[in-house]
Amino acid sequence: MKFKKWLKTVKNLGLVPDMLKAQDKIFTNIYGNNSSNLKSSLNRGNWDSTKYLIDKGRDWIIDEMKSSGLRGRGGAGFPTGLKWSFMPKEVKERPHYLVVNADESEPGTCKDREILRHEPHQFIEGCLLASYAMSANACYVYVRGEYVNERYALQKAINEAYDSGLIGKNACKSGWDFDMYVHHGAGAYICGEETALLESLEGKKGMPRLKPPFPANCGLYGCPTTVNNVESIAVAPEILRRGASWFSSLGKPNNTGTKLFCISGHVNTPCNVEEEMGIPLRELLEKHAGGVKGGWDNLLAVIPGGSSVPCLPAEQCQNLSMDFDTLKELKSGLGTAAVIVMDKSTDIVKAIARLSYFYKHESCGQCTPCREGTGWMWRVMDRMAKGNAGVEEIDLLLEVTKQVEGHTICALGDAAAWPIQGLIRHFRPEIENRLKK
Amino acid sequence: MNEVNKNKNEFCFSSKNKILVENELKKYPKGRETSAIISLLWIAQKQNGGWLSTEIIEYVAFYLNIPKIRSMEIATFYSMFNLSPVGKYHFQMCGTTPCMLCGSDSLKEVLSKKIGAQSSVTDDKLFSWIEVECLGACCNAPVIQINDDYYEDLHSSDLEIILDNLKNNKSIKDGSYKKRISSEPLNKDLKMLTEDEIQEMVKNRKKPGISA
Repeated sequence: MKFKKWLKTVKNLGLVPDMLKAQDKIFTNIYGNNSSNLKSSLNRGNWDSTKYLIDKGRDWIIDEMKSSGLRGRGGAGFPTGLKWSFMPKEVKERPHYLVVNADESEPGTCKDREILRHEPHQFIEGCLLASYAMSANACYVYVRGEYVNERYALQKAINEAYDSGLIGKNACKSGWDFDMYVHHGAGAYICGEETALLESLEGKKGMPRLKPPFPANCGLYGCPTTVNNVESIAVAPEILRRGASWFSSLGKPNNTGTKLFCISGHVNTPCNVEEEMGIPLRELLEKHAGGVKGGWDNLLAVIPGGSSVPCLPAEQCQNLSMDFDTLKELKSGLGTAAVIVMDKSTDIVKAIARLSYFYKHESCGQCTPCREGTGWMWRVMDRMAKGNAGVEEIDLLLEVTKQVEGHTICALGDAAAWPIQGLIRHFRPEIENRLKK
Repeated sequence: MNEVNKNKNEFCFSSKNKILVENELKKYPKGRETSAIISLLWIAQKQNGGWLSTEIIEYVAFYLNIPKIRSMEIATFYSMFNLSPVGKYHFQMCGTTPCMLCGSDSLKEVLSKKIGAQSSVTDDKLFSWIEVECLGACCNAPVIQINDDYYEDLHSSDLEIILDNLKNNKSIKDGSYKKRISSEPLNKDLKMLTEDEIQEMVKNRKKPGISA
């Protein structure tokens, strides 16, 4: 079906079609066509009445964030306002910390990079507001090691903010002291897991901690800590200025607001784009990414939320709404909203086998099911991609993924298992045919 | 902090890097300076031409006043630390699925042909390469990081030119090789707002949170 004709058919399906208006965008310079310096950022509306927002008080900020319905943009989709409210109300002998997770390494995801280098002031303002709301005087931003230039860009903006009195002692003349530090990693996907990130920030190997205790009680240096994704923090100032009801009027119930989508793979014009939650996948691809290579009918499968979520075959993509709940029902997930598109020229077994290699490479080695399982799964997947395995091994592989899933300290084991489960769920005949040859 | 090594052959932070190092240490609360270990190893690696020897790893431990094994653990855990020499231009080619779908295999061929096996260094000490996992620039796939900079939207012919230019000591440009600013869709009709237009638009927004 042609795109325009299709668009008419989805009006009554509970999707959120029609492009997000420029007026409703939060990130106005995500592509960096304008400068990211302080003067330009002020012109674009950053740092507008920040003191006034702080003066309204902690409870107001957290309540607004809660009623906006913002769900964390780092993958898990946990409500941000609720997370902030878990921090102790009063600072006792241990200081509070905000830690921002800019260790963006989920394959397919490249949105935080653009925020760091093109919208740093929006982000720094968010750090101040979030830190104030959680009574934290210090914030650490953990930037992945490979993002060297992004780190410098952020540091430059932080220096500007210090020089202008926006952060530092008596930030924005609010009476609140706020320091912000850039910390960097050195190439370890696992440090995107919040407790591994804290370990790494403390100067140790990035190995996840057992929970409980949760970071809100015992996080960085044993102090109350909240770890948030860059995007979750960067949208906060605009939500507070423009009101929770504005944000929650966008998107769908329980899946509110706008989101940066990263579209990669077999599309004509891959891109990052801010769109409303619940946008139909097809519209996202056609209007922003120039459509699937070779046309919509040439679509084979989509990984809708970064490499960790199971893929969806083309038939499930037809009227697919891009939001947390819809994708969860389909046994996949919105994750980081990194859409990896695969057309019919793709060797899907090889594509997923490459992801298995990724997880094998990135397993920290702490839990046996993951350390041994990821290697085992990759070796079987690699043989399957080459057609060098028995048909009976498909069930064996599936069985192993179930034994890794849920049996490890962190979710990396699950993340290694899910892509394979998705492949077998939707493309079993494809694998069988290859193995029978 | 500990005294600088006196033996000329032994590694120690240059005076320029020492300033950077002290800046890093200042970021963390008193007694938590070990937090800076990744940055210190990274600065040391840069000073040493892109790799860390056992002596340097031990020097960093000495500098931070921690047991040698602690810095050895870090240097071996994180993949950006190279434990053997690399070329003047160290290529990190992303081979994870989004880049693979967009043709990283053809880049791999060029690198194998022109530089040689992974982790080997060319005789002129100019080049080395490895395949790495997702570099986080998937909308600009395929991507290669050369030292600190990203080279994006690469075709194998772009890579050949980059290699030739570096070999002939010519400058190369980083960023996209498809004339993109960053990760915007490569579409002639794409309208990106100017600063003035954004300013006008923002003025007209309703902001109940900050109106009295």
